[in-house]
Amino acid sequence: MNLRAIGIIAGKEVRSYFGSPMAYIVMAVFLAFSGFFFASSMSQPFPEATVRGFLFPGALALLLLAPVLTMRLLAEEQKMGTLELLLTAPVRDSEIVLGKFLASFIMVAVTLALTLYFPFLLFLFGGDPDLVPILTGYLVLLLVGAMAVSVGIFGSALTSNQIVAAVLSTGLLMVLWLANLTSNLAGGSEIAWKTAVDYLAISGHMQDLAFGILNTTDLVYFVTVIAFFLFVTIRVLETRRWR
Amino acid sequence: MIEAINLTKYYGDFPAIENVSFSAEKGEVVGFLGPNGSGKTTTMRILTGYMPPTAGTATVAGYDVVTNSLDARRHIGYLPETVPLYLDMTVRSYLEFQGSLRGMASKKMQGGIDKVIELCRLEDYYTTDIAKLSKGFRQRVGIAQALLHDPDVLILDEPTLGIDPRQVVETRQIIKGLGGGHTVILSSHILAEVSMVCDRVLIIHEGHIVAMDRPEDLARRLEGVSRVVVEVRGPLREVEATLRQIKGVERVSRVGPEDRVRFQVECASTRDLRPVIAQTVTGKGWGLIEMQAGGLSLEDIFLRLTEETEAAKGGRKP
Ligand SMILES: Nc1ncnc2c1ncn2[C@@H]1O[C@H](COP(=O)(O)OP(=O)(O)O)[C@@H](O)[C@H]1O
Ligand SMILES: [Mg+2]
Repeated sequence: MNLRAIGIIAGKEVRSYFGSPMAYIVMAVFLAFSGFFFASSMSQPFPEATVRGFLFPGALALLLLAPVLTMRLLAEEQKMGTLELLLTAPVRDSEIVLGKFLASFIMVAVTLALTLYFPFLLFLFGGDPDLVPILTGYLVLLLVGAMAVSVGIFGSALTSNQIVAAVLSTGLLMVLWLANLTSNLAGGSEIAWKTAVDYLAISGHMQDLAFGILNTTDLVYFVTVIAFFLFVTIRVLETRRWR
Repeated sequence: MIEAINLTKYYGDFPAIENVSFSAEKGEVVGFLGPNGSGKTTTMRILTGYMPPTAGTATVAGYDVVTNSLDARRHIGYLPETVPLYLDMTVRSYLEFQGSLRGMASKKMQGGIDKVIELCRLEDYYTTDIAKLSKGFRQRVGIAQALLHDPDVLILDEPTLGIDPRQVVETRQIIKGLGGGHTVILSSHILAEVSMVCDRVLIIHEGHIVAMDRPEDLARRLEGVSRVVVEVRGPLREVEATLRQIKGVERVSRVGPEDRVRFQVECASTRDLRPVIAQTVTGKGWGLIEMQAGGLSLEDIFLRLTEETEAAKGGRKP
């Protein structure tokens, strides 16, 4: 694995993000959306000095917006034929995928960084907020964002049509978001099914982190899902060579 | 520098190329000549490591393109047929990206970029967005990109396809100038182009190599046929019969629209038939409306070469 190659590809993509309106629109929408939910959580009768109020809406917004950021990454390369040149450059498929993942993850991180004035406001006006849940809150958003872009890149590898890529990955992310709703489908007796879909659902793994509790199951869940989709994306690129 | 042995590639059940073998020495310019769908792009994609062959092996600069793909790729500059470029980048940032992907350090890269910009005459477009460039200039950016890291091997897939005639001439000159320093493989479906630019021509037809020769030798093999299309105002049958009687004429066949008296006349030597045809026709008191000498079309050449190859096999095929 050549880190330099990953960095070069990531750098090119980040520059291209900042050169197009799409990234700014995504950031603006996310800021407005999370700002609205943060503000409304602050105007409850007994507001808590936490960022918990925008974690779940924020995560949902990330799942919906990340595919917009990632849809171009591989679909456009396939459409324009530039993928042929990229795949014949002396870089590995895995470096290409990781570079693109890194670029879109950086965009997610930048977007989240723009919301850091929420906790700042808490410290300024909210009395004495707890630091740990704020940190784990941001951690969980970063993890959800990383997961969303890994699924997004997977969708982008499957087609040369950006819209199709975005719809595919949004669909997949929504399934993961709402997986636990299907726990009743198989009837009450199917414990295995319920355990599985509960484990798969994103929201179940956000709960503890939202309250400042770090546990390995949740971290393993996020890292596994991210690694899985990156791995599958690399395989998809490879099958194109063997067709 | 390049060694391909029995390359075969199946797309599903369809054999795009079969048992393609050739080699190219250092500094040689080799042309792949063949009509659309003959397997030129497929062969090049195998050499560049884009996809592996179904069977056979190839090495570039001593590295196997499948088992040692990364090392082989380091020695290759490639211009795919579609001239893929990132339209949202400037010429400069595009070249910098391609150079750094190929591991060029920034100091060496600046020198390299200056060199290819000059070679491909892109000086005035250094900071232009690629989206704003014409097809011909995009092609040059594509060539510049392939040359940037000074690779041992250059693979150019139809580098003059779809650009305007003046730029075609310039592009050919650029490519011709590359021989010696680089081993170049280029594909084309234009006979005149490969004859002009290449040291050696490899003719591919339906996935098979049907001839491999220096352009001069190839021309010699293809010699011996000249052809004239003539249109006459006169009695159809009589004209035909008269044309057949001209000395040296091998074949006369009717061509063109039904209502015209138009024939294609072939003879078995490189002799120009036009004067004698003109003389004969006017001597009979018919009107000579049009006369045109034509060489063999590419299709004819493939046909002849394929027949030749089959014949050389001694008719073993049914
Ligand atoms: N990806 C592919 N899938 C299926 N068939 C293909 C593919 N690429 C090329 N072919 C077929 O293989 C043959 C050779 O194609 P190609 O190598 O592109 O020829 P050329 O470059 O000489 O025009 C053609 O008949 C073409 O239709
Ligand atoms: Mg082709």
